[in-house]
Amino acid sequence: MVTSSTTRSPLTFVVHLTVLFLVVMWTIPTAGLFISSIRDKDQLSVSGWWTALSASEQRLVTRIEIPKDQSMENGQYVIRGNVFAEAGDNTVSQFGYSSLKPQAFEAGTKAEMKKGKTLIVQANGDYVITSPKAFKGRGQRVFYTAEIPPRFTLDNYREVLTSEGLGKSFINSLTVTIPATIIPILMAAFAAYALAWMKFPGRALMVAAVVGLLVVPLQMSLIPLLRSYNVIGEFLGTGSKTYVGIWLAHTAFGLPLAIYLLRNYIAGLPREIIESARVDGASEFDIFRKIILPLSFPALASFSIFQFLWVWNDLLIAMVFLGNNEEQLVLTGRLRELLGSRGGNWEILTASAFITIIVPLGVFIGLQRFLVRGLLSGSVK
Amino acid sequence: MGQLISALFVMSIGVLGCAIYFYGSNLLLDICFPTKNRPHLVIAKNLRITNTIRPWLFIGPALLALGFYLIFPVFDSLRLSFLDRTGENFIGFDNYSWLFSSSEFFESFKNNMLWLIVVPTAATFLGLVIATMTDRIWWGNIAKSLIFMPMAISFIGASVIWKFIYDFRSGDDAQIGLLNAIVVFFGGEPQAWITIPFWNNFFLMAILIWIQTGFAMVILSAALRGISEETIEAAVLDGANGVQIFFRIMVPQIWGTIAVVWTTITILVLKVFDIVLAMTNGQWNTQVLANQMFDWMFRGGGDSGRGAVIAIIIMVLVIPIMVWNIRRANAEMEGR
Amino acid sequence: MADLKLTNVKKIYDNNVEVMRDINLDIKQGEFIVFVGPSGCGKSTLLRMISGLESISGGTLEIDGDVVNDIPPALRGIAMVFQSYALYPHMTVYDNMAFSLQIAKVSKEEIDKQVRKAADMLQLTNYLDRLPKALSGGQRQRVAIGRAIVRQPKVFLFDEPLSNLDAALRVATRMEIANLKESMPESTMIYVTHDQVEAMTLADRIVLLSAGNIEQVGAPLDLYENPANVFVAKFIGSPAMNIIPATITQVGKEAELTLNTNHNFLMPIELKEQEKGLSAQFGVRPEDLKVRESETDPVLVEGDISFVESLGEATLLYVKTQEGADLVVAKLAGTLNYKRGDRIALTAKPEKMHLFNAAGDNYRRL
Repeated sequence: MVTSSTTRSPLTFVVHLTVLFLVVMWTIPTAGLFISSIRDKDQLSVSGWWTALSASEQRLVTRIEIPKDQSMENGQYVIRGNVFAEAGDNTVSQFGYSSLKPQAFEAGTKAEMKKGKTLIVQANGDYVITSPKAFKGRGQRVFYTAEIPPRFTLDNYREVLTSEGLGKSFINSLTVTIPATIIPILMAAFAAYALAWMKFPGRALMVAAVVGLLVVPLQMSLIPLLRSYNVIGEFLGTGSKTYVGIWLAHTAFGLPLAIYLLRNYIAGLPREIIESARVDGASEFDIFRKIILPLSFPALASFSIFQFLWVWNDLLIAMVFLGNNEEQLVLTGRLRELLGSRGGNWEILTASAFITIIVPLGVFIGLQRFLVRGLLSGSVK
Repeated sequence: MGQLISALFVMSIGVLGCAIYFYGSNLLLDICFPTKNRPHLVIAKNLRITNTIRPWLFIGPALLALGFYLIFPVFDSLRLSFLDRTGENFIGFDNYSWLFSSSEFFESFKNNMLWLIVVPTAATFLGLVIATMTDRIWWGNIAKSLIFMPMAISFIGASVIWKFIYDFRSGDDAQIGLLNAIVVFFGGEPQAWITIPFWNNFFLMAILIWIQTGFAMVILSAALRGISEETIEAAVLDGANGVQIFFRIMVPQIWGTIAVVWTTITILVLKVFDIVLAMTNGQWNTQVLANQMFDWMFRGGGDSGRGAVIAIIIMVLVIPIMVWNIRRANAEMEGR
Repeated sequence: MADLKLTNVKKIYDNNVEVMRDINLDIKQGEFIVFVGPSGCGKSTLLRMISGLESISGGTLEIDGDVVNDIPPALRGIAMVFQSYALYPHMTVYDNMAFSLQIAKVSKEEIDKQVRKAADMLQLTNYLDRLPKALSGGQRQRVAIGRAIVRQPKVFLFDEPLSNLDAALRVATRMEIANLKESMPESTMIYVTHDQVEAMTLADRIVLLSAGNIEQVGAPLDLYENPANVFVAKFIGSPAMNIIPATITQVGKEAELTLNTNHNFLMPIELKEQEKGLSAQFGVRPEDLKVRESETDPVLVEGDISFVESLGEATLLYVKTQEGADLVVAKLAGTLNYKRGDRIALTAKPEKMHLFNAAGDNYRRL
């Protein structure tokens, strides 16, 4: 936009670098989350996700099991085996038999132990332990340092979707979100048309009220509504935590923005088109259905994306109006619960968080055009 | 599977019910007061009646919902703030005097002010800078999309993402949190960041800034594009350099938009709750009003009086912005 | 089949501003009426009141003898062509034209017949499946007219239908509208425009409005040759009529006028004794002014030329008669060799002279 031929090249270079830096800053947190969620959980807990592609050096320990029939070779009792539970490209670099010196011996060398015992661990993990007497008691512990190649897996997702209940929460989130997106659109579209094109007393006041309500904090509503819901739930015998209850709550909290955006859009439609329909004999309902709704599609689309993201991502309203019981927990609520109960298990948390954000991210990337348009119509004049 | 079917069933009932209301009520009105195939005088009369009733059919549900969910609670919260924890007995200003003598309140109020100053300013400033820079490079739109992306992530999801970044391992264990890994790489001591009083507030704010910068950027970028090229060309001819053009020609022309972005983020900050709840739940001096209010709603079975008082404080903080918004909207409507 | 009668029609807005005052107008079936006037004169408001889109605050509007003040637009038997065409952008040309009939629950075959007939008439048959955005300005205009035709209205209302077209297309479409009227001689048409050329070429009768009042109603040439007042005189014709302050110095079979430039001459108009000595306004159209060649011709204007505008087919001379006075414009045929500063004397035929009283009313029509 601002160009000056003499200063352009060095300046542009700096701009490219700065933007690149910022983009990295903004994407790395999410990237880290995603990469971590598909790493093996043992690797995840000992090394940073940025090392995911390089082999990780881990200090491990295993206890040699003593078989019932101990074999004899050359007058020595011998046990053979491999330190790794699963075969792979793992390599042992050092080993030791005491927790004080876990890296005392290079792989392939012979360690002389007390009472004439010896231990050899090869680089591929094979070990041989010999003893002049029969092994008894608890088996010998072997400490070893191993290079474990990177391992990626979907096990974390499998686990959270089934045993951690995220699958159920996913459906709960959908059950909350879809009606809580469609109902306010319907209500707001009708109200916006009335506020934009119909004549009735108090119209200007209502428009001002909607603008005012745009910023009323949810917190104001929580306590009175919770009390009302308890009374109504008791009266109807349904309890206070119902899907209908949360739909209506989301609907009402989304309405001010919906009415505001849609009214601005509908009021901007050409007056002559609406008058033309009136001359053609269309009733107000016909005009709304056959003229306004089709023409307002862009505004309806952008609001529905907003509302969808907002409802899907909401935690507060879900916690207050749907509660924390296992059957009705939505994704955000589940994630918060896991954050409390599985705080250290990053394989669970990262996979759960990614499942929680994948739908909004998809919606966001697919429909960004509408979203931006909606944002702009709401704020730039 | 069964859960999915019952979910679909419940959803369609909800949506259809709403649609049936609108369709049915309008149909009923047209049947009761027909405006077709009747003598002209009857039509004229019926038309007057339907024209009076129909706006209320259209706007009625929205009006009821807004009234019950947003307007009534404002007054009820006010009433509850004068009642005790059960919401039954009048206790005058006790809740208010409790609030103003509670150190927890002052801590959250102080933190809230910090949030209010830092987050909108940082997000708006970064948004403006990024918008200006991305407008000048060929891959600007890709960059914008990526920076905009956190907008789609829930606060709680973002909290997990950042908690992972702030993760702390004691002793010689390898750090798996990015921030500590960087600190260690440069030879520093790893820290449990979110437990360091005062500074931990900034680590929480970073999350919201990360989310909101994209919003500011998108809107400011559109505003910058709305500036007429000719004023910039005129400034170039007048001999202004890039920085002068930015601050003296471009920024003044988009003041209105900057103010809108700033207030929008301010409102959001006042309501911020999920991040604090998930990251610290108010420990280590990070409490904020919204989380404190939520806390009192349920603490020890819930104290509606004290919860309501905190809600009122949040509302009072919002009122100036509300008035400003309404004025702006009114001026705009008159301009039409 | 469709006579319109407006009796004392008024429009008062909510803020008590009176925008139309006591409009009385009789429109006969088959007439082509043009409402013309400067912007803000209320011509569109009057049209919208006839259509029913704007309510009537006082007086009565009759269509074929029925008072229709409270009847909704769709039942008044009118059709309207809007300035922006107001085509439904999400419907095809066919659906745009069929919409009103569908609303009225006309049978599918009948709709199809009507739409195809109108499309044929307007050469739109090949475009029936297109959306409005895929049409040119002129085609959109024709769709808007077609939409009006299919309703078979008693009265066609046109609200500045040509103002969104470019100059060339405007002329062509103007002729099409004239043809349309020709082919539907029994339909009444009311046409609003601010363009006097459209008014002059299309109208059977022009209704000239200003500030909520009717200034004059009459045939186009009647307005040109015999304007009721200074407003009409200056509005019709381009460049506008020159108005020069004057005093009536003699009355009788012919009146003697003395202009404020001290030129005096006789004008064939019979004035009453009491008019003598009154100040008046003398009017002469630029195209009626001639260079004075004979000593017997009266001098109407004499002065230095301030500007010369050569248009090819005519030359406009702006003559400064005295300090502080409006420049007098003369439109002389052909290309003439005058230049700035030349002194010139102008005259006109007596029958081309107009005289208005101090209030602006034409003496010939009093």
